Amino acid sequence: MKRAAFPTAGRIWPNAVAAVLTLGFVFPVYWMFNTAFKPTRDILSEDPVWFPFHGTLEHFATAVNAPNFWTLAGNSVLVTVLAVGLSLVIALCGAFALTRMRFKGRKGILLTFMVAQMAPWEVMVISIYLIVRDADLLNSLVPLTFFYMLMVLPFTLLTLRGYVAAVPKELEESAMVDGCSRRQAFLKVVFPLLAPGLMATSLFGFITAWNEFPLVLVLNKEPAMGTLPLWLSQFQTAFGDDWGATMAAASIFAVPVLVLFLFLQRKAVGGLTSGAVKG
Amino acid sequence: MAVQLDDAADKAAPRTGKGDAPPGRRGGRGAGSSGTPTAPAGRTASAPAGRAASAPARRTPYLLLLPALLATAVFLGWPMVRNLLLSFQNLNMKELIQHLTDWRGTGNYQEILGSEQFWRVTSRTVVFTAVNVVLIMVLGVLIGLLLARLGTTVRLVLSAALVLAWAMPVIAATTVFQWLFDSRYGVVNWVLDRLGWHSMAHYDWVGSQLSTFFVITVLIVWQSLPFVALNLYAATTTIPKELYEAARMDGAGTWKVFTSVTFPFLKPFFLATTFLEIIWVFKAFPQIFAINQGGPDRLTETLPIYAFTEGVGNLHFGMGAAISLLTIVVLLAMTAYYLRLTFKQEQQEENGL
Repeated sequence: MKRAAFPTAGRIWPNAVAAVLTLGFVFPVYWMFNTAFKPTRDILSEDPVWFPFHGTLEHFATAVNAPNFWTLAGNSVLVTVLAVGLSLVIALCGAFALTRMRFKGRKGILLTFMVAQMAPWEVMVISIYLIVRDADLLNSLVPLTFFYMLMVLPFTLLTLRGYVAAVPKELEESAMVDGCSRRQAFLKVVFPLLAPGLMATSLFGFITAWNEFPLVLVLNKEPAMGTLPLWLSQFQTAFGDDWGATMAAASIFAVPVLVLFLFLQRKAVGGLTSGAVKG
Repeated sequence: MAVQLDDAADKAAPRTGKGDAPPGRRGGRGAGSSGTPTAPAGRTASAPAGRAASAPARRTPYLLLLPALLATAVFLGWPMVRNLLLSFQNLNMKELIQHLTDWRGTGNYQEILGSEQFWRVTSRTVVFTAVNVVLIMVLGVLIGLLLARLGTTVRLVLSAALVLAWAMPVIAATTVFQWLFDSRYGVVNWVLDRLGWHSMAHYDWVGSQLSTFFVITVLIVWQSLPFVALNLYAATTTIPKELYEAARMDGAGTWKVFTSVTFPFLKPFFLATTFLEIIWVFKAFPQIFAINQGGPDRLTETLPIYAFTEGVGNLHFGMGAAISLLTIVVLLAMTAYYLRLTFKQEQQEENGL
């Protein structure tokens, strides 16, 4: 490497490779939006139309007016929010116990959640299907909510541990010296400091639940009881080769996650350090 | 966002992969978007319960953990047990409708382990996983090292592109790749045609086994690279500069620096990430299923898809359960190894390393 002698020449190759890679990673996402906004004649053209100059919203109208779209979007939001909310409450209690208290079996419990985090849900759909069927709950949002809750629970719990640990114990103790009970100290002092961590963690949970596919595929076959991933995976079959509408549907489904993820980059980092006391 | 990317990288660095990914991102990772860039630094407050705690106080931690443990037992433990029981039953359409329980001993296992189909799918899954993981790790590491060499602006642009791909939901990405590889109007075929490979002009990518796997592999690698590359870059920033300087003084070239400094220093990271990727690819479901339902002619079925098709698709629940149990055993073995790596590290951190 002659980097020392020719600082600029040494940068050309890395930069060129970086440019190609950037293009490679961005292009599929760009192409989704591009296709979603192009009129059909530009989509079905012999040569690709690289920029959506004749922008149109007709594909979005097709996607949004597809049967059950709003029901399914509602299902997705409902299931996701409930699952994440529930797991947040349960996980916070657990995370608090695991970080602030010493007790027998602590390591074993910790390990349990680490194993649970790696649970192969994709391979467990058969038994889950039969359990839910026996409970007569197929085509219902209830089992979906609970299983999604458990899918995000171990991650939420393990991650929150770090956030709880980052809140200095002294803060809590001084609140207790000032006359708070342990519960009050937690709710009034620790909890507000945890808010950014809760936010970041729950957003990751949200993404996991929002994207879930195998379980809803097996459990909720009724068209009105699915969620958006299921809808999107079947969209193309339902609409033939209407790629404009399919890409519009994909965009509608992906945008919330893309926005959250970008937002998260900030939150995930800011959460820890915005506390009041420096260690 | 630019600056934060770097920050996130720094913080994520020391913890190789522990909890770095919510399960199933891509549905894999994807979850796709599978993954957390940052796990908060785990400085665990470890005041031992020195003072004599009263009985109710001693119960508190268990009470606090009860809901989480209970939920895990009901929604994860029970399906696992049920899966085990099912795998010893003869449960097909008829038994399902009449609610019969017909124990079959190890019959399902004998049938599966004796079937050629199962072994074909298994070896296919192993090869598929190996190819994907090797590509992901090699390219991911190269991109991570590239990130470390780039100037700030270019690095931030590439990082942003990686984050975008990372964030893309699995099913959305799968749909987009179907469109990119569409035979008539897909961009890929158009480019290949323009490059002079005219027979590819209307190539049907999902028409044959190998080409379908090719599309799935491109998709999975595309989705998985950001996780490896960004984390590797983050990890390299923790390597003391002096080590590099010393190596250079000794006249080490780029490759030598990698093998003598970067690799040994990041060995735990490489191990953990490789295992994580193996587990993720091995159980990849949405990508393979949504691209072509394991077709053509069930030729792209890997173990998870095979279990699904046999069990829920062909209504041989007992057989499906046995296949998925065997798959779970393989996955558990790899998970155990992975957890041994991360748990050890976890304990070290807790003991104030």
